[in-house]
Amino acid sequence: MAVPLLEVDDLTVRFRTDAGWMTAVDRVSLAVGEGEALGIVGESGSGKSVTALSILRLHAAATTRMPTGKIHYGGKDLLTLPTREMRQIRGGEIAMIFQDPMSSLNPVLTIADQIGESLRLHQGVDQATARKRAIELLDLVRIPDAARRVDEYPHRLSGGMRQRVMIAIAIACRPKLLIADEPTTALDVTIQAQILDLLRDLQRELGMSVILITHDMGVIAEFARRVMVMYAGRVVETAPVGQMFRRPVHPYTEGLLTAIPKLDVDVRRLPTIAGSIPDPTAVIPGCRYSPRCPQVQESCRRDSPALLPAGPEREARCPPRVAAMAKETVA
Amino acid sequence: MSAALKTDTADAPIIQVRDLVKEFNVTRGRGGPPAILRAVNHISFDIRSGTTLGLVGESGSGKSTTGRLLVGLIPATSGEISLFGETITGADGEAALAKVRSKLQFVFQDPHGSLNPRMRVGDCIAEPIDIAGGWSRKDRADRVSELLETVGLPRAVAERFPHEFSGGQRQRIGIARALALRPDFVVCDEPVSALDVSMQAQIINLLLDLQERLGLSYLFIAHDLAVVRSIATDVAVMYAGALVEQAPKTVLYSAPKHPYTQALLDAVPRPDPDRVRSAALGGEVPSILNPLPGCAFAARCPHVMAVCRQDRPAPRPTGEGHVVACHLY
Repeated sequence: MAVPLLEVDDLTVRFRTDAGWMTAVDRVSLAVGEGEALGIVGESGSGKSVTALSILRLHAAATTRMPTGKIHYGGKDLLTLPTREMRQIRGGEIAMIFQDPMSSLNPVLTIADQIGESLRLHQGVDQATARKRAIELLDLVRIPDAARRVDEYPHRLSGGMRQRVMIAIAIACRPKLLIADEPTTALDVTIQAQILDLLRDLQRELGMSVILITHDMGVIAEFARRVMVMYAGRVVETAPVGQMFRRPVHPYTEGLLTAIPKLDVDVRRLPTIAGSIPDPTAVIPGCRYSPRCPQVQESCRRDSPALLPAGPEREARCPPRVAAMAKETVA
Repeated sequence: MSAALKTDTADAPIIQVRDLVKEFNVTRGRGGPPAILRAVNHISFDIRSGTTLGLVGESGSGKSTTGRLLVGLIPATSGEISLFGETITGADGEAALAKVRSKLQFVFQDPHGSLNPRMRVGDCIAEPIDIAGGWSRKDRADRVSELLETVGLPRAVAERFPHEFSGGQRQRIGIARALALRPDFVVCDEPVSALDVSMQAQIINLLLDLQERLGLSYLFIAHDLAVVRSIATDVAVMYAGALVEQAPKTVLYSAPKHPYTQALLDAVPRPDPDRVRSAALGGEVPSILNPLPGCAFAARCPHVMAVCRQDRPAPRPTGEGHVVACHLY
């Protein structure tokens, strides 16, 4: 990657809860190149969505301590950018789509109004032009009969169609980066396949970079080129997608991959990961995965592990495994 | 319940469903014209003792409605359901259902919504016992401890409240409650779809262990085909209220016959970066309100023929326990 389009450096986000301050995102760094598809995968409470929201400064201000770290984009730091400038970037150069297309659309505005809103705000086009562009965009996201559909309200559309409208709104201003947070999780399998196909086509046609956030390893395998695995607020592994599936380094990644129910083979019993996902307010010394890790060592419970290089373009937050890998390579 | 029926052989179906139909009356908009929504459209299947029928389908396919019909939570419009030899549909259905009710249980999808937040875990689990009545205080407490142990939770959690537990633990509590009266048949409606991957496998394995130990039969309803493969003995696929295909698990996954099943299996993203999925199936699930004649899948089917748009295909056995409702076979 020559110069990344977006670079997140040591991002930490803390929330106030009844039980005190909790760290939702703990010193996360990532980079997305131009036209690249980065996948972020993790379970509940891993910090994957909070990371994405923080890039656009979309978290609730009242309960969040100002995130620390840097988010470099186009020579600026998005974390310290004045609100007015941030508004230009948000929805203009960096757009986002969410899991639930119903609650992200306004039920009392037509599709034309909602797509047009972003065009009027960012590009200052008039109402008639906005409507015309809205129809073009609906065509682009393959909604049949766009000229009629543009005047309808969201409740008239199916879940898959609503997600297409959300995508149309997101790409209206030709963003350089699209952040898609679980974009297909609420959809049926056959509709999910349609939306993934659409996102991939659009990414190619528009030359966008995409950060795709999901809990589904299948979606990651299909869509991402590079993947970042998160657990309990930390990045535990980053790798080119093929390498992660073929040879996961971190025991959590490995456990997750083996625990997924298999579609193409019969297994008598699924391998499991012991224990539960930790409570976000819990203080776990050392490696946060250590209480569940089958290969835990004494040092894991004591020392907070660093993210270590584990081969070309790879990093893993597991010193014992990285050391073992290095030994193998030498031998 | 006669003693003769207790001696079921493994192959005798304990549950038989024939030509089951469920219609709902709906009104579109305030004071709009009444309409009929046929959620379940003439389906038939059996469940054998000690086995699991996996029922898969997308939203609106009628799979949850089928589960609710099977334990008598809602009445059928027509058709026949017989459970342990008792026909719970028709004129004497109520009386028949009363006889078998204690053998039936239900595990819900949402372990947050299905446990009363004001009740202690022990009382949640003992609720079916309290409703059935006739248990001494000590027997009740012993049974609760036993149930907690059965689902892999420490006894002490009986005194705590549901909100103190994670989704996976709450689902264990829901399962303990379902087992309280020693049912023979449990409908599990999407029991793991609200859970994280690392929790899913634990609950699936727990259900498998319980089946082995207690000889339970399950109807396992899910939209996730991989989850169903990991637990089912036989699998039935629903589309827009119709049962389009059913077969023993391995047959269905390795040689699916119905074009919808084939498309569904192909659409699932696999955790395999080398796999190239074929282009997605176009279109969407048709409305089950005022359905068109013919096969419900005709509008999206890559192999559609003229006959498909006119006649509804009847389910036909094609050997190896495989039944397909498609004009191609």
